[in-house]
Formats: sequence, structure tokens, C-alpha cells
Amino acid sequence: MSVPAGTATTLNCETIRADFPALHQDVNGHPLVYLDNAATTQKPQAVIDAVRSFYEHDCSNVHRGVHALSQRATVAFESSRTSIKNFLGARDSREIVFTRSTTEAINLVAHSFVGPRLNPGDEVLITEMEHHSNIVPWQLLCDEKGASLRIVPMTDDAELILEEFEKMISERTRIVSVVHVSNALGTVNPVEEIIRLAHDKGVPVMVDGAQAVPHMKVDVEALDCDFYAFSSHKVYGPTGIGVLFGKRERLLKMKPYQGGGDMILSVSFERTTFNEPPHRFEAGTPNIEGAIGLAKALEYIDDLGIDAIQAHEQSLLEHATQAILEVPGVRLIGAPQHRAGALSFVMEDIHPHDIGTILDQEGVAVRAGHHCAQPVMQHFNLSATVRASFGLYNRVDEIDALVKGLHSVREVFG
Amino acid sequence: MSDLKDLYQEVILDHNRNPRNCYIMDGASCTADGHNPLCGDIVKVYLRIENGIIEEISFQGQGCAICTASTSLMTESVQGKSVEEAQGLFDEFHQMLTGVAEEQGVALGKLHVFEGVREYPVRVKCATLAWHTLNAAMEEKKENVTTE
Ligand SMILES: Cc1ncc(COP(=O)(O)O)c(C=O)c1O
Repeated sequence: MSVPAGTATTLNCETIRADFPALHQDVNGHPLVYLDNAATTQKPQAVIDAVRSFYEHDCSNVHRGVHALSQRATVAFESSRTSIKNFLGARDSREIVFTRSTTEAINLVAHSFVGPRLNPGDEVLITEMEHHSNIVPWQLLCDEKGASLRIVPMTDDAELILEEFEKMISERTRIVSVVHVSNALGTVNPVEEIIRLAHDKGVPVMVDGAQAVPHMKVDVEALDCDFYAFSSHKVYGPTGIGVLFGKRERLLKMKPYQGGGDMILSVSFERTTFNEPPHRFEAGTPNIEGAIGLAKALEYIDDLGIDAIQAHEQSLLEHATQAILEVPGVRLIGAPQHRAGALSFVMEDIHPHDIGTILDQEGVAVRAGHHCAQPVMQHFNLSATVRASFGLYNRVDEIDALVKGLHSVREVFG
Repeated sequence: MSDLKDLYQEVILDHNRNPRNCYIMDGASCTADGHNPLCGDIVKVYLRIENGIIEEISFQGQGCAICTASTSLMTESVQGKSVEEAQGLFDEFHQMLTGVAEEQGVALGKLHVFEGVREYPVRVKCATLAWHTLNAAMEEKKENVTTE
């Protein structure tokens, strides 16, 4: 089983892999096969160097110094914001808010945008496919406000039921928050249509793009979403930094998230004047090297071309789907029309955790568990699955290693 | 593959396939629920204790091979023992897995098949969940146990 050379991709895997130092190691006596990219991605040397260079040359605080280093740090930090704006196709850099992660971006929107507008009896609409980080903040908020959290169901193919979605949006819906690509299933949701349907009823939409940005072109202007979140560490950037895109007219009307330095214009004990967005939502010293590293990671993706990355990963997914199903007893979870990044599967009565351990013995890193999406597991009446998730540096022969590992699992369990 | 055979020994695979004492007990004197959030293992342990002796023990649950086999073998090895003896076994078992004690307990018997788990630190919780749950049941703790 292998894809004929030259047809799969226009990416040059060998030069790409040379850019990622962590890929070149043995694990348990086997070359590392890293198929846990949905959890986090490895970092290219350019990102590592950018972070290091900040500390070696420009380390200083931002927005507050008149000296040379502080000016350099501020320019680097703010130009990272501009790079992200360009990458997402946003109109204005002031629509880009730095957060710690996708999780924090969702919490920020829950706290600063939805919270003040949510009254008893109002509704928040999410889906059955959400990551816990797009469930729990809304649960907390709904509990506090006496609002209700409503869940758009999915089919056994792991696709959202749009007719249900349409029926569930009501005049009480204050926000729709939906995952763009499911981390547990790989399903690509029709967010464009969801946004249009919600907007027809005047309901704002937040998109959790943590698993979309690494795998496909995302254009927030074309989508017309009100909010869009993603995490740097899942797109080859450093951990500890994430992005919230928010439409300017929305951000301008939002209350601060946390209080502190940088988010104010002036403070006295009687009165504080809050800074403009995005700074209003960025209290305290930010993750400067994270922003710089993230901008570098996005530049890396731009250089390769997100379309080429997508084509490469799609061919890996297709190959993996076929190859895995040839292993006796393997069953894929869901069969969505559009999939990106990840495949979830189970193997008869062998527990995913045992499969994960055995694969690790062969150097193959996958995720075994509920993938922070327990409602998805409940839908399929499972406690856990094995997930293989791909990145731009994965190769077809790594899927062969995965399949070989699955045969070893069979061997051990007889 | 040879080291994998140390982890997945035949006895473990057998108890995973055919867990012993796996049923819901009517008239249990105490029960407890255990949960390993990392992999979603859940186990419920039922005990009938009379005069300080574990007269009957059973379980229900869902988990990986290590967890299921460990629970099954645990029920066999504490059956008929006093609560104190069972607690002593847990201590020895725990020490074997975490490698604190150089000297291995002699009382462990069949439970020695889990020695290989020591080489897989993330899996130690899978093997000890049942024991933590047993402990909770014996102490009549009503709250859930987790391995976190
Ligand atoms: C779909 C989705 N949303 C949100 C998150 C949370 O991301 P983070 O932990 O970086 O905040 C993840 C991470 O696994 C995810 O896959």
C-alpha cells in the first residue's frame, strides 16, 4: 500500500522534516512516528530560533518603555498581530486579541460578550461535537445566569444535523458557538452555512478553530463569523498563546476580561478608563515570545502554502482510512463527508489505552482516550477511541508503521 | 515485542478476556466507585464483609486490559482475607508497582504478573484503580475515588 510518488503532494517531505528537530529521534528503539498532532504539533527550527532570538537580543517589556529594546519588542509583538490579521484575512489588526489559548478565547467571549447579554431563560447553542473547552465555559455561564445550554445533535456518521440546528435557533439564542473541525472525529463542519443561518436570525457566532487553522485556509471575513479562536501550539507555534479574532464592532462594545496593566488608559481610585480593543482584553504583560513565535509559524505555513498542506494531509487521510480498515477488527468512528487532520477508531474489544501503549513500544505516538470530548464518546457509546492525527510533516510510510503496530496489537491480544 | 510480553502476560490476557467475580452483588455490605479520568476506566467494587472478613467480593466495570485483569485478580486474592490483610496486600502491591521497595512481598502470589507494569509509569494507575476502590469500599467511603 503506497501512494505513487509525485501524485500525493507538492510538498517536499524530506526538506520539511529537516526543519523539525524533534522528529529526528528514536522512541523505544524505533524512529519516532508522531501522529498526535491534534494534541500539539512539533515546532520548526525557525520558530524555535525566533523565540530564542527574542531572548538573546530584544528581551524587554512591551508598550511601556522608551528605550531601544522595549521599542524593538513592541514592534515585534505588534507586527506579529498584523501577521495574524493577514493570515486570518481580518480587516483590522485591532480585531486580533492575544489570549493564552483557544480555551481562554472562549472564556473571554463567554465572560465579556455573552455574559452581560444573557438573561434567565436565554439560550446558548453549541453542538454535540464540542471539545470540553467549548462546553464548560457555557455551562458555567448558563448556570450563573439561569440560561439554558442547548445542543445540536449529530448523526452516527458524525455530521451535524443542520435541520435541527435551524429549528433550535430562536429569539432566545444569544450565541451559537461551534467547532470548525472536531478534534475527536475529524469532521469539518459547514460553518459558513451555520453562520449564515444564525445571522439570518440575528444571532452572533463564535467558531472554535483550534483544529481548522492547521489544516485549511481560514478567512474570517469570508466566513463572516463574529468570533474565531485558535491555539498557537496546534499550528506549529509555541504553547501558551492563542488568538481570538473578534469583529471590531463587537469588541468595542465588550467589557474587559481581566483587570490589570496594559488594559487601561488611566487609573485613579475613583475611576478607571479602559483601553481600546484589543488591549482592553490583554491585561498584564503578554506572552511576547509566544506572539513572535506564532507569527513565525504562520509565516512557515504561508511559505509552504496552506493549499499544498491541505492536499498533502488529505492524501494521508485517504491512505490511512484505507490502510487502517484492512487491519482485522478495526472500526472507524464516524464517516463524515469532509474530514481534516484526524481519524478516530476502535479495535473490537481491545481497549484504546492498551493499543496506545503497544504502538508506543514501536515508536508510534497516537492519542488514546476521550479526547476531551466525552459527549462525542457517549454518542457512540464508547469510553475511548484511538486517534491518529496528521500534520504537514507526516509521510505515507508513517501510516504503514501505524498499521504494522496495529498488527502487533492483534498479535499480543491473540 | 519481548518487553510487551512482560506487560501483557498470559494470565493478564486471560483475566481480561474472562474476568472473575464480575457481577452485581445483591446485599453487599459496602460498595465504592472508582474512576481513572485519563483513560476513562471505571470500576465498581462490591463487598460482603462479615466479622472483619471479606466473605464475598465482586465488581463491574469497563477498562483497559491492565485495569480489568487487575480488578479480577484482586477479587481472587482478597476473597476470604480480613480487611487488614487486604490493606496489607494493597500496600505490597503498590510498592511492587512504584518500585519503592527492593524486597518483594511474598504474599502477593499471582499478583506478581503485574510487575511489568512498573516499566510503564502511565499505566500504574490502571493497575491500582481497583485497589484504591477496594480500599474506599472497606473504609465505607461514600464518595467516588479517582486516580488523579
Ligand atoms: C477543537 C478544540 N477546541 C479547543 C481546544 C483547546 O485548546 P487549548 O487547550 O489550546 O486551549 C482543543 C485542544 O485540544 C481542540 O481540539
